[in-house]
Amino acid sequence: MIAFSVNGKRVDLQVDPSTPLLWVIREQLGLTGTKYGCGMAQCGACTVHINGEAVRSCVAPVSRADGKSVTTIEGLSPDLSDPLQRAWLEEDVPQCGYCQSGQLMSAAVLLREKPSPTDDDIDEAMTGNICRCGTYPRIRRAIHRAAEMVAKGGAR
Amino acid sequence: MIRRKLERRDFLKISVAASGGLVIGFRFPGISALAAGQAAKDKPTTDTATFMPNAFVRIGTDERVTVIVNHSEMGQGVYTSLPMLLADELDADWTKVGFEPAPVDPKYNHPAFGIQMTGGSSSVYSGLQQFREAGAAARAMLIAAAAQQWNVSATDCRTEAGSVVNGSKKLTYGQLAPAAAKLTPPEHVQLKDPKDFKLIGKPIKRLDTPEKLNGAAVFGIDVKLPGMLTAVIARPPIFGAKVQSYDDTRARAMPGVRKIVAIPAGIAVIADTFWQAKMAREALHVVWDDGAMRNFSTTEMMHQFREQAKTPGTSVRKDGDAGAALASAAKKVEAVYEVPYLSHLMMEPLNCAVDLRADSCEVWTGSQFQTIDRLNAAKIAGLPPEKVQLHTTFLGGGFGRRANPQSDFVVEAVHVAKAAGVPVKVIWTREDDMQGGWYRPAFLHAIEGGVDANGNAVSWRSRLVGQSIMAGTPFAAAMMKGKDYDPASVEGVDDLPYEIPNLTVESHQAEVGVPVQWLRSVGHSHTGFATECFVDELAGAAGKDPYQFRRGLLQKHPRHLGVLDLAAQKAGWDKPLPKGMGRGIAVHFAFESYSAHVAEVSVEDGNVRVHRMVCAIDCGQYVNPGIIAAQTEGGAIFGASAALFQELTFEKGRLQQTNFNTFPVLRMNECPKIETYIVDNHEKSGGIGEPGVPCAAPAIANAVFAVTGKRIRKLPIRMSEAL
Repeated sequence: MIAFSVNGKRVDLQVDPSTPLLWVIREQLGLTGTKYGCGMAQCGACTVHINGEAVRSCVAPVSRADGKSVTTIEGLSPDLSDPLQRAWLEEDVPQCGYCQSGQLMSAAVLLREKPSPTDDDIDEAMTGNICRCGTYPRIRRAIHRAAEMVAKGGAR
Repeated sequence: MIRRKLERRDFLKISVAASGGLVIGFRFPGISALAAGQAAKDKPTTDTATFMPNAFVRIGTDERVTVIVNHSEMGQGVYTSLPMLLADELDADWTKVGFEPAPVDPKYNHPAFGIQMTGGSSSVYSGLQQFREAGAAARAMLIAAAAQQWNVSATDCRTEAGSVVNGSKKLTYGQLAPAAAKLTPPEHVQLKDPKDFKLIGKPIKRLDTPEKLNGAAVFGIDVKLPGMLTAVIARPPIFGAKVQSYDDTRARAMPGVRKIVAIPAGIAVIADTFWQAKMAREALHVVWDDGAMRNFSTTEMMHQFREQAKTPGTSVRKDGDAGAALASAAKKVEAVYEVPYLSHLMMEPLNCAVDLRADSCEVWTGSQFQTIDRLNAAKIAGLPPEKVQLHTTFLGGGFGRRANPQSDFVVEAVHVAKAAGVPVKVIWTREDDMQGGWYRPAFLHAIEGGVDANGNAVSWRSRLVGQSIMAGTPFAAAMMKGKDYDPASVEGVDDLPYEIPNLTVESHQAEVGVPVQWLRSVGHSHTGFATECFVDELAGAAGKDPYQFRRGLLQKHPRHLGVLDLAAQKAGWDKPLPKGMGRGIAVHFAFESYSAHVAEVSVEDGNVRVHRMVCAIDCGQYVNPGIIAAQTEGGAIFGASAALFQELTFEKGRLQQTNFNTFPVLRMNECPKIETYIVDNHEKSGGIGEPGVPCAAPAIANAVFAVTGKRIRKLPIRMSEAL
């Protein structure tokens, strides 16, 4: 039995502890916003937070979440009120949209750690997240914009 | 004003109808409900009276305007651009406009290609008239309904943001929907004068963004059906290999495994979950009969292509006498350009969910080829096509891969569903997806050219060697009619715009057992590279500036010149760059649009870094400049990824690349600053999804030459191979 919280809700699961967290989130918990892209921590589409840290859930066994708190894109803010989501809307970032859950989850950790990130900070934090459509320039703008929103008092 | 007669048969006259879709999930009703595990038919119906004057729009008493879109959303923005066209003519309140993917039906066929599909960068320009007319017809009926109710003349009524107005009287479209639904669609519609556009031409925000920011958007891989199992397939490690025998003893005993079955595509492992299926597949022991491709090597293939290029090919174009002109040229240049096989590498690996019943088959997938996929699914299901419905989900990237002429990923899923006996979803791992074939074909261009003593280009001969994409596809007959070469192989060089009096293009069609397919910008993805690098080499031979040399050869091509000048000017072509930086330029026409790029690069320790790309695009009358900029940037990044990193190679029949680590994509830290400039005109609309790709590689390669003095003749760029 593995027990952890997902987006604030406690879950108890009978599952092979070596199963990647990604597939438990997607298939057992039905939260399909977290995406499969590579299965080897290369693309970042599966990024979630475990106790606030960005984790590639495709290579993290579900046992790693035991007793911890997991946040997925569905928990970032379901009503799009997070400054990152608002900035993503204002910059009209997504194209196909498949990688964007992971992009947002990586960006959320970046902004928490560096409220006013430089371009170099963005490079460092976001280079693990691939976007095949090429939305990088807009992601960069949106992160700066979200940082400004937070600085001007838009609570996170 | 434009007047056009409407085809009556195109207009479904649907009277007041109950529709459940509108109330459940506005943006993506059918699919969202299915994701939650509900079948469409189980959805509650409501008493929302709906006005559906034609196949493309539905207006409810709740004021919602749902635009039914017959093209797939794979990032290119059709769920926004096409609704904009309709809503503008309808004078709809944009905040009430939503979209819905069209079911498979002949009335949603592509107006030019005659099947329901998404490709060729053509969704917006081919749908321009269709969607505008559909909106205008709905508007006319709403006006007629209001005029009847008020007992006034329709000509005394006007519309504004979702309402019909006459003096101080006003009725909303929702209020008018039930009455309008009883009217007959008009024979003729009037389209707006472009100066009256309220939406068209504006950077309207995408309608599909919100659900892509909170995990709600449903892609094929997210589809969940009641009682559904998940399957992975062990496919041949070599193209054409067949299963000789397999031992599934261990795999069958693994947790969650329900069935292991041989299907034409390979061995399918069906389990409760993806991970269980994948683990069991690893425990499967398959002995393959490797077949004819057992010794296939891309290195050897390119050697053969090089030899083949020494002999004359099928004539594609012949102006003057390139041979004689070359013989008497003051300076000659010979160059051989090579590009490799490429994977589409959509972020969402291939997948397909199927619910096969005795008398029906439902398919959920991100398809770019609905008509073909339905036909192929029906054949396997043993059902007439009308008993098969294909639900188009969001596509996590497409780039052409999801328009497979054999519907490979759909057909195998129907086979698996047959064996499973319950709904099943086949998921491809990233490795499966990359190794599954249907690549952009490898190509070789052998080009010879000459300039006279005054530096004028007098001769050009291109010989291409590569596999045909069109052969064996539904388009082969139409595309290759009367031609003994594949136009998709030579597009972009057969119409080379440069005014060179002696110009020959020849094609060799290579026969190789690697399945190939259209990949974003198709033939232009390699012809753009080869021709725009060679023009640069000719400019060098002529001792001229590469930009000015192109200008001189494009005097009769104002739209080429327009984008070329725009990109050069915005990039500051004449301004010096810091030491260690170089600038390259390229211009290309593809998919009815003109594109030019200027790239700025540096090269350090053999590593090419692209710092800035300036892109100019002329796609004629444009619809959404925000989306155009996004597609142009994305196209440049897509092209830069191919130029800098991407190559599929085979040794002993086996693909050497498996995942993003061996087939890299440009990342955030490698992404240049990109500027896009859109030419403002009212020319006929062109495409936007692909035209941003072809110029990226040659602009970068030419910039590498500017900074290093070394020519790039092979992609991906490796300084160790530069000449």
